[in-house]
Amino acid sequence: MKESRRSFLKIAGVSALGVTAASNAHAIGEYFIPSEQAIKDQKVSTADRWGMVIDTRKLTHELNEKIAKSCHLNHNVPTLENKNHEIKWIWEEHYEHAFTQQPNEFQAEETAHAPILTLCNHCDNPPCVQACPTKATFQREDGIVLMDFHRCIGCRFCMAACPYGSRSFNFRDPRDAMEDGKPTNPEFPTRTKGVVEKCNFCAERLAVGKDPYCVEASEGALVFGDLSDENSEIRKVLKENYTIRRKASLGTGPSVFYIV
Amino acid sequence: MLEKALSGSRNYWLWIAGLMAVIAVAFMGYLQQWEFGLGVTGMSRDVSWGFYIAQFTFLVGVAAGGVMLVLPYYLHDYKAFGRITILGEFLAVAAVVMCLLFILADLGQPKRAMNVIFNATPYSMLFWDALVLNGYLLLNIVIGWKLLEAERNAVPAPKWIKYLIYLSIPWAFGIHTVTAFLYCGLPGRGYWLTAILAPRFLASAFAAGPSFLILLCFIVRKVTKFDPGTKAMQTLMKIITYALIANVFFLLCEIFTVFYSQIPEHMDHLKYLFFGHGDKVALVPWMWTSMFLMLSAIVLLVIPKIRNNEKYMPFICIMVFVGTWIDKGMGMIAGGFVPNAMHTYHEYTPTPLEILITVGVYATGLLVVTILYKIATQIKEEVNA
Ligand code: SF4
Ligand code: SF4
Repeated sequence: MKESRRSFLKIAGVSALGVTAASNAHAIGEYFIPSEQAIKDQKVSTADRWGMVIDTRKLTHELNEKIAKSCHLNHNVPTLENKNHEIKWIWEEHYEHAFTQQPNEFQAEETAHAPILTLCNHCDNPPCVQACPTKATFQREDGIVLMDFHRCIGCRFCMAACPYGSRSFNFRDPRDAMEDGKPTNPEFPTRTKGVVEKCNFCAERLAVGKDPYCVEASEGALVFGDLSDENSEIRKVLKENYTIRRKASLGTGPSVFYIV
Repeated sequence: MLEKALSGSRNYWLWIAGLMAVIAVAFMGYLQQWEFGLGVTGMSRDVSWGFYIAQFTFLVGVAAGGVMLVLPYYLHDYKAFGRITILGEFLAVAAVVMCLLFILADLGQPKRAMNVIFNATPYSMLFWDALVLNGYLLLNIVIGWKLLEAERNAVPAPKWIKYLIYLSIPWAFGIHTVTAFLYCGLPGRGYWLTAILAPRFLASAFAAGPSFLILLCFIVRKVTKFDPGTKAMQTLMKIITYALIANVFFLLCEIFTVFYSQIPEHMDHLKYLFFGHGDKVALVPWMWTSMFLMLSAIVLLVIPKIRNNEKYMPFICIMVFVGTWIDKGMGMIAGGFVPNAMHTYHEYTPTPLEILITVGVYATGLLVVTILYKIATQIKEEVNA
């Protein structure tokens, strides 16, 4: 499944490249290249499938806030008053909402309300990519599901398709909500109104050999690495611990694992 | 032939002017949305599609409903429909125009709409929907126009038009099937994840479309000298009867599967729609109204004396139309998002601005219907004279 899907994307990508390369010359930094080119670019990523393990035993409300803040400040994710317009890449959910398929009425209060971190799962078989009519949402060869903000038409089909609620829509110009209209991190692009966005597994940091911001801020609660490399740290953690994934029965193949 | 739309009675022009005024006001509302973004609507991160997409879904059905005139006439040689198939074709044109406008109104970046074609993505259902809808629009414009031209000149329509008509019949089923596929292929959206969705869409379409057609027939009879014919309308009523019963039957199939299996992810949407969740009850009265209208319409429709009586026809048609409209235009889309992926309940209500823009699109559709029907009926009047 994985192989066929990727090679299909590759073929689709290559054949579309000729047609659209000219109309999509929107490079913003190295990692914000049009989707067809970004699907496989040895320069930016050497892994085969990036993944993350979240040790929920180490999570606290304070730590979650710190992690989310680090991500959102560095990615210019605005804080919006109106709940309807909310944008978030990584955020806290109670256990019962993060793992809707594990209902248990006899669970201890603490467990049911345990603070879990949720973010895009960078699914191996991502329904959001399948739904997107413009390939603005696409999957790279290293497994990361990314967005081309210059191509997105804002149809929000990907939001309906994602079974995890990982995606946010810019219901208004995000720059209006930034202090003096200035982004908190000038190195990272801001978005326009009318496009969808979500966690990018810090593709811009992986490109320069760094761990994602959330991992860096997590005090060891988050482990990141190449799932396809048997000797990687993440594989070691997965071997030593029992982990679960959100709604794995849907066949999406989430790349984010949870130790509970 | 277009010149026929340019001469009319005082009432005709008053009606046109009224529609234009509504469109103008709604367009100003749209400019506000264009400026600010979709944040002017009631949609949210949790309910990311709302009124626009729901109207779109309903109107694809109305467009497909026109085939209920075309199919009996061309495949079963049912003569009574012969003189009014054009009304079905032109209604389809107006309905698809509205569908496309609703999609455009719903896009965050409408300027990039053509990306769907430039970056054609065959594994996305939206790509196919764009294709079949535009194809259906084109088919109906060409067919309607050519048939009318032939009628005016009192010559037989060109041979090739027949093949287009044959093509348009499965195509009508296709547009609504693909529209259902937009929703029913999404993992994790329990309300839509059901194979009965496309058949249910079609059944409600074949009830809603023809009932709107009958209402239009009554108006046509009133304001022009062209009579669509009582027999044709009675047959349409029979079609509505079957379609509406099928629609409710499919809904009951869904309800049985969902409530007997008791899988929460599928059950909780229907529970929310019909009973609410805590204090979240926005759609409850609407859903029951819809059920009441559809069920009582069935009772009236199965009695031939009532169904065939022209006095009752308009009322029954309004009941069917409103009942199916609530079901699809209000419950179907918002209901799929409540509860959301985290199983939390975040309700959706459209804002006044959103409703204004919606009314504007409907007014545009009515304008298209008016102009096309004006041309068609005038030509028919002249031919009959
Ligand atoms: S979690 Fe959602 S947005 Fe992320 S890859 Fe999976 S389906 Fe797409
Ligand atoms: S909103 Fe953008 S990314 Fe999402 S499906 Fe539409 S075009 Fe693709």
